Amino acid sequence: MSTPAIEIQGLTKDFPVGFWRPKMRRALENLTFQVEEGEVFGFLGPNGAGKTTTIKLLMGLIFPTSGTARVRGRSIDDIEMHREVGYLPEQPYFYDYLTARELLDYYARFANYSTAERRERVGRFLERVGLAAAADVQLRKFSKGMLQRAGIAQAILHDPPVVILDEPMSGLDPVGRREVRDIMLDLKKQGRTVFFSTHILSDAEMLCDRVAVLARGRLQGVGAPREIVTMQSQSMDILFETREGRALPAALAGHATRIGGRSSITVAEDQLYATLEQLRGCEARILSVSPIHPTLEDYFLQLVGAPSGSRGIEEISR
Amino acid sequence: MNATVGSVAVNTFREAVRDRVLYNLVLFALLMMGAAILVGQISIGIEQLVIVNLGLSAISFFGLVMAIFIGVGLVYKEIEKRTLYSLLAKPIHRWQFLVGKYAGLLLTLAVNTAFMTLGLAAAFFYVGGRIARADIPILIAIYFILLEFALVTALALFFSCFSSPMLSTLFTLGIYIAGVFANDIRSIGEFTQNPMLLTITRVVYFLVPNFHNFNAIAAAGHGDAIPFSLVWQNTLYAALYVALLLIAATAVFSRRNLK
Repeated sequence: MSTPAIEIQGLTKDFPVGFWRPKMRRALENLTFQVEEGEVFGFLGPNGAGKTTTIKLLMGLIFPTSGTARVRGRSIDDIEMHREVGYLPEQPYFYDYLTARELLDYYARFANYSTAERRERVGRFLERVGLAAAADVQLRKFSKGMLQRAGIAQAILHDPPVVILDEPMSGLDPVGRREVRDIMLDLKKQGRTVFFSTHILSDAEMLCDRVAVLARGRLQGVGAPREIVTMQSQSMDILFETREGRALPAALAGHATRIGGRSSITVAEDQLYATLEQLRGCEARILSVSPIHPTLEDYFLQLVGAPSGSRGIEEISR
Repeated sequence: MNATVGSVAVNTFREAVRDRVLYNLVLFALLMMGAAILVGQISIGIEQLVIVNLGLSAISFFGLVMAIFIGVGLVYKEIEKRTLYSLLAKPIHRWQFLVGKYAGLLLTLAVNTAFMTLGLAAAFFYVGGRIARADIPILIAIYFILLEFALVTALALFFSCFSSPMLSTLFTLGIYIAGVFANDIRSIGEFTQNPMLLTITRVVYFLVPNFHNFNAIAAAGHGDAIPFSLVWQNTLYAALYVALLLIAATAVFSRRNLK
């Protein structure tokens, strides 16, 4: 069995909150999952769920309270791990006094390329992210979308086998999103592992082999997007006609929706037979019974609306 | 390893140049030109002394202002602007980043000082000065000023690793002033004969860098010889102090969570 691209084991992170007598707040709780080589893996969750915290832990920007993580078998404490990873921070900000070419050249120096190799590589990657025309413009004159593309270029400049992107579609217009999607698919074609966090569920459904869903610092599920949603209890839609003069039982009347001469009602799967019995009792004619396939968005919205809010971090007793 | 530190240093230097930090040279040049013309008219026989004193003091002042105000933002600014995120995602140790930033600012200060020295030389020649063996103390005084910059930059960088620029400025400035008056602080303790005050002033004396020993401006102005032993003692002292400060900065910064 091959080594996973990313392996996270019991990762927990607490942050102190407050200046005087700070209390510890848990941002991430016992996170465990792994990303296989060559996968496009989506990391989903509402704001404050702990996605960026997880990514910062992986990149060694913050340190775990407990737990471990490895990238291609290397511990995240190992500086050599960084040669295997490309990283795009959320809302990236770079040295704005540099031009895009200078920025990439600066970062390429840490990969120990020769001058000629750096020059060739920087030109190629600027071309690839569509910044060739703006290569010699200072970054302070770049739009948000252009900065995002410069950020992607610096992340993939050294051909890393694992690419970690924090909200790569954030702030991009539809054309920009499409370009980023194409780059990600291109990376997948080259056999690279892409791990990215996103709010945009259609992108996740379209791109990802698997996703992990995080809410309030805890992992809610891992699997293919379709698996994730079918893990949820399904609902059934019943379409029926009532006979004239026969009213629906009060328990159903409040939930039924009238469409023309017909009515429909949505019930949980385990309530299906009881509901059908009630409809038969009032001589309703059942026209169809069909399952409602939940989408990733339904699942996501269910998490966001879950009790205890979506603030993500919660206080822990100390 | 050295290439990594070098890359960070060159980028720090480039930032200073592009942020027009070296514009202070224009101010220095204006000051030297004005002083040279004025001194030629009002002082008789001490023109060179006035120019050397004024020039060296200005070099020291401009450099210290740069060392403190850029130094306190060296790390803080990178964290605030989150430029550090993509940098530390590369195979670079945090200590390499710190040493690179330090070396970059020191390079900026050295280039700045070199240009100011040329300005001072121009003013010196304008008032009739000639290069002589007796002028060597001027160069030594400039070297001591550079050592002073190295120490102040290391102090500013150290504080920049864990506090805001305003607090870092206060701390660095406070330690600098205490260091300039280190000998006087010790004397106060000895003079009062109070055992507790004596202990406190002695601790302060040994803890703060002694900047008094780096001031050779008056000697240079008068053409007094500066003993060679002071040159290597100051060099060693500054090197050790800077090394300790960089180690302390690394210890603080290595386990710091970036927000």
